[in-house]
Amino acid sequence: MVNRFMQSRLRDLVFLAIILFALPAFLSNPFHYDLATQMAIIAATVVGLNLLVGFAGQISLGHAGFFGLGAYFSGIMTGSYGWSSIPALLVGAVLVGIIAWIVGRPILRLKGHYLSMATLAVGFIIAIIINNETWLTGGPDGMPVPSLDIFGWELSPFGSYSLFGMELDGNQAWYLFAALVLLVAVWFAQNLIDSPIGRALRSVHGSEVAARVVGVNTASYKSLVFVISAIYASLMGGLYAHFQGFITPAVAAFDFSIVLITMVVLGGMGSTMGVILGAVVLKLLPQVLADFQELETVMFGLILMLTMIFMPKGLLPTIQMAVSKRMKKKAGGQA
Amino acid sequence: MSALIEVKGLDKAFGGVHAVEGVSFAVEAGQVYSVIGPNGAGKTTLFNLISGIYTPTKGEIRLNGESTAKLEPNQLAERGMCRTFQQMQICMNMTAIENVMLGRHLKLKSNLFSTLFRLPALLRDEQSCRQRAAELMEFVGCGEYLDTEASAMSYGALKRLEIARALAAEPKVILLDEPAAGLNGTETAALEELIRKIADQGTTVMLVEHDMKLVMGISDRLLVLNYGRVLAEGIPEEIRNNPDVIAAYLGG
Repeated sequence: MVNRFMQSRLRDLVFLAIILFALPAFLSNPFHYDLATQMAIIAATVVGLNLLVGFAGQISLGHAGFFGLGAYFSGIMTGSYGWSSIPALLVGAVLVGIIAWIVGRPILRLKGHYLSMATLAVGFIIAIIINNETWLTGGPDGMPVPSLDIFGWELSPFGSYSLFGMELDGNQAWYLFAALVLLVAVWFAQNLIDSPIGRALRSVHGSEVAARVVGVNTASYKSLVFVISAIYASLMGGLYAHFQGFITPAVAAFDFSIVLITMVVLGGMGSTMGVILGAVVLKLLPQVLADFQELETVMFGLILMLTMIFMPKGLLPTIQMAVSKRMKKKAGGQA
Repeated sequence: MSALIEVKGLDKAFGGVHAVEGVSFAVEAGQVYSVIGPNGAGKTTLFNLISGIYTPTKGEIRLNGESTAKLEPNQLAERGMCRTFQQMQICMNMTAIENVMLGRHLKLKSNLFSTLFRLPALLRDEQSCRQRAAELMEFVGCGEYLDTEASAMSYGALKRLEIARALAAEPKVILLDEPAAGLNGTETAALEELIRKIADQGTTVMLVEHDMKLVMGISDRLLVLNYGRVLAEGIPEEIRNNPDVIAAYLGG
């Protein structure tokens, strides 16, 4: 039985790896690669957010704030202070983790709408600070960010690289790097969920009283998962900044928080593969609906609402259920 | 030897209503101690006070001599107290065995690092935890449900599952809140057998129950509550012949 479970864990990861590394066959120009790289980075952010929302049953409507903090910290430290990217990313993640812990400790005592409002406020405060501290962040005009350097090795969308004898342009290299990051993000998330810590987290969602009477310190676990998901957001924000080469306060804005939550809900709360699908769909949508750009926010709201009403489990779990039902029917018919 | 659980002058008021008023009693280690009383007598409130879910308005509860006034339910669990609920508290987002494994939370040492990298030590611990959980499910009689989603299980099986989860913590004392509610005759007989087995292992059992036959059969001592106050306390024999108890139950 344990073996079977192990296999099912690896199955998801292998499946994802195959898709990620087969995808370049369908990508024909730099714009495609650019979009795919963004998707991978956002997907990894959402995988982190899903730990909080899907597994521990809490909510954050301010997660773009942590994403933005990570992006600006990396941008400022590498751009203005000459830090190398990796220490900037890591120190940024630690700082954001500490901020999330300080903020999370009191607000995670709240439930439901109150928690939503509190996290919303946190996101707003971060966005306002980034917008107003022009001397540091460039304000609404944004700021340029140097390209990613990994211990002296520079990864830039404008570079050219060779990997195992293959010639890659910068966008392709960035995509492969982002795909790798996503795989690691998923692997960590799966390991966390399928562990005593993950069980405690899920029990906070399932029944908080039950968790407490068997000895789970629910308050600490809520803080822990809030911090972990904020660190995911911070690291991905930093990578996003390096990849884009230019950031504006939009990375920390309320709209983006809503997009992140919508990705989780649409893809399937508590399904790691599901939320990745959610990220892909919602990242593609604006491309498809380019002609109706002014309606984008309306569309996101509508999708969120319709998903909640007609597919409360989310896209992927609903598809999986339909498929397994059909398979069962078929098997039943043959017997 | 002092009592395992000692309750003195316990009082809990919700607004102006005293759900529990001036209740005192003591539970010795190894006993099966039952709390009975008509509906609304304050039995579940008493359990919620003992297990730290409510804070008393007045009075004191001691577990193993230590006052529990400032302790959270999870800290009481660390000190060997575990319970089940009248309104079952099962994590429906998990499988049956995961619910029981959750019960072993305090027995597992895990840190974030070994979790994220899924180190062999963690896997070994998980495997033995799973093994123990499976044994417990067998013990309470729901061994056939191991990897069933909790949400797909029957009411009776979930009731037993909840007991397995509480036992998984290897508690000194287990509080069972109406474990027989909603069970049929056969299931109740099986439950009686189970409670006996738990007590035989040396675990102290506190029981809230309506089923008189069950309670009278297995209890060492009983506490009768009525309107939040102690009506009687003693061995089953005394309770059965107490005119006040008979009056309260028969509405005399």
